[in-house]
Amino acid sequence: MSAGRRVILLVAAAVLVAGIGGLVRSSYVLGILIFIALNAIAAFGLSLVMGFAGQVSLGQAAFYAIGAYVSGVLTASYGWNGWAALAVAVLAGGVTALLIGFPIFRLSGLLLAMATLGFGIIVYYVLVNWSGVTGGPSGLTGIPPLSLGAFRFDTDARMLWLSWGCLLLLLGLGGNLVDSRIGRALRAVRGSESAAAAAGIDTARLKLGVFALAGASTALAGSLYAHYLAFINPSPFGFAFSVELVVMVVLGGAGSLWGGLLGAAAVVLLVEALRSALPLLSLSHGAAEYEIVVFGLLLMAVMILAPGGLTAPGRRVA
Amino acid sequence: MSFEAQLAQYLASGLVVGGVYALIGLGFVIVYRVTRIINFAQGEFVMLGALLMVTGRHLGLPTAAAFVLAVAVVAVVGALLERVGVHPIRRAEATAALIVTIGASIAIRGTALAVWGTDPYALDAFSPGPPLRVLGASVVRQGFWVLAVAALVFAGLWVFFTRTYAGSAVTACAVNPRGARLMGIRVERMWLLAFALSGGLGAAAGAVIAPITYATYDMGLMLGLKGFVAAVLGGLVSPVGAIAGGFLLGLLESLSAGLLSSGYKDAVAFVVLILLLLAQVAGWTPWRVAEET
Repeated sequence: MSAGRRVILLVAAAVLVAGIGGLVRSSYVLGILIFIALNAIAAFGLSLVMGFAGQVSLGQAAFYAIGAYVSGVLTASYGWNGWAALAVAVLAGGVTALLIGFPIFRLSGLLLAMATLGFGIIVYYVLVNWSGVTGGPSGLTGIPPLSLGAFRFDTDARMLWLSWGCLLLLLGLGGNLVDSRIGRALRAVRGSESAAAAAGIDTARLKLGVFALAGASTALAGSLYAHYLAFINPSPFGFAFSVELVVMVVLGGAGSLWGGLLGAAAVVLLVEALRSALPLLSLSHGAAEYEIVVFGLLLMAVMILAPGGLTAPGRRVA
Repeated sequence: MSFEAQLAQYLASGLVVGGVYALIGLGFVIVYRVTRIINFAQGEFVMLGALLMVTGRHLGLPTAAAFVLAVAVVAVVGALLERVGVHPIRRAEATAALIVTIGASIAIRGTALAVWGTDPYALDAFSPGPPLRVLGASVVRQGFWVLAVAALVFAGLWVFFTRTYAGSAVTACAVNPRGARLMGIRVERMWLLAFALSGGLGAAAGAVIAPITYATYDMGLMLGLKGFVAAVLGGLVSPVGAIAGGFLLGLLESLSAGLLSSGYKDAVAFVVLILLLLAQVAGWTPWRVAEET
């Protein structure tokens, strides 16, 4: 996509979001749209990791949790300014990714995936057990909304603007990144790692940088999530969410900037559709839980039939 | 209770749980050796084994029959997974197969939820009676069944891999797939066999642990991951290593839960996993976890 077309697309999306925020009153619809943006921000980084670094992170929910909890603890327990806390949260996500990525990126694909999985599960147990800081299983309440002067992002419409604003900004910056020298290096690594290395690209450093970027952007989503719900507990940050993010990226097509958004939208809408449709055909148990069967089958089907995801039908990503 | 008695208790329960981890870890190793795939659905095989065992007993089958039936059904599920999910992408990257087996594990768990619901099922021990006392520790009778079944399975697998044609063929595929193919071994059949075998192994682990832990639709994820850690502890390609790794992990978990904090019991395995992988990166481990070729 050329830079000009990208700007047009971003501006159009921003106008659309602004309009929706002004016109739509249903907090159900706005909530869905906000969650699409939050998940898309989180999936954005993972998409780069899977697409360009060629690695699967099965612990991405941990970075979401780090963002949410750093923001939550600093603002609710220590009374920090929300933006300062958000900046620290994003930094914490990026630095954590660097610290764990530095050693584990020297592992090969499968072991790296399992190491990130282990990291994600450890973070989850820390959230549950470190109750002095995290509030344990019952979590943290009273996280204040973000505000700009007297303007507080405390309604669904305002939160919609904020979350989509962040997402579109990220997509714009990501587009510039992909067009830059670093982006060309990334594409070279995706094409052939050894060829890229032979051309003088420091592939290990590049992959690590992508992983850190993913950690930071996922933490940003987590931080916004905490301010949006005003309440966090460990349960949404488990392994299931890490898998959900992988589903989004696989659906949207790994390595495609807009694919993460497409995948996030598809997953969030699918969950909502299943929740409203399944009570009609529920057999005997809690119907909402059937969505996981659909997710599993969807994940298998996309990997087998369309490994390039929705944005690249039938194309095999190397 | 004296410290020695407590320690004996932790060791005993660690060994019992370790036997289960060893069985599950073996399933990972058998599949990985032949296919270089980490089968994420391994834990769901365990869950299916446990729940099928419960259902078999509720239908009035004797324990042995319910056990054999559970193992056989899950072996078929394993074979089915290989045919439907893994076979079509056998030439893709290793991570693609990992994602497919993650999808399969979610789908299997959801299906179990639909069939069995969320309630945990209790199951009678294979032989009734009060716990037995061994060296100051009291061990539930089912614990001995766990160890006995594990020992039987280990012996059976040893005979299979070293004394039968099919077992040698599987090993040949693990050592050198191309060479095996040139010798007339149908490598694809061996993939199928490996998945069926790991299904049966997982089911045996689930069926034998169910009376101790209860059986629920969501028990598979944790057990599977711990079995994986056991397999990694043993180097991921060594059956003997996986058995040793299983017992080691069981002991570590039980000791840390008893002596340190029970809240982090389930996290121990993952700390071990990460430390082990980091040590390997640093070159400190005397053996290496096999990476895909």
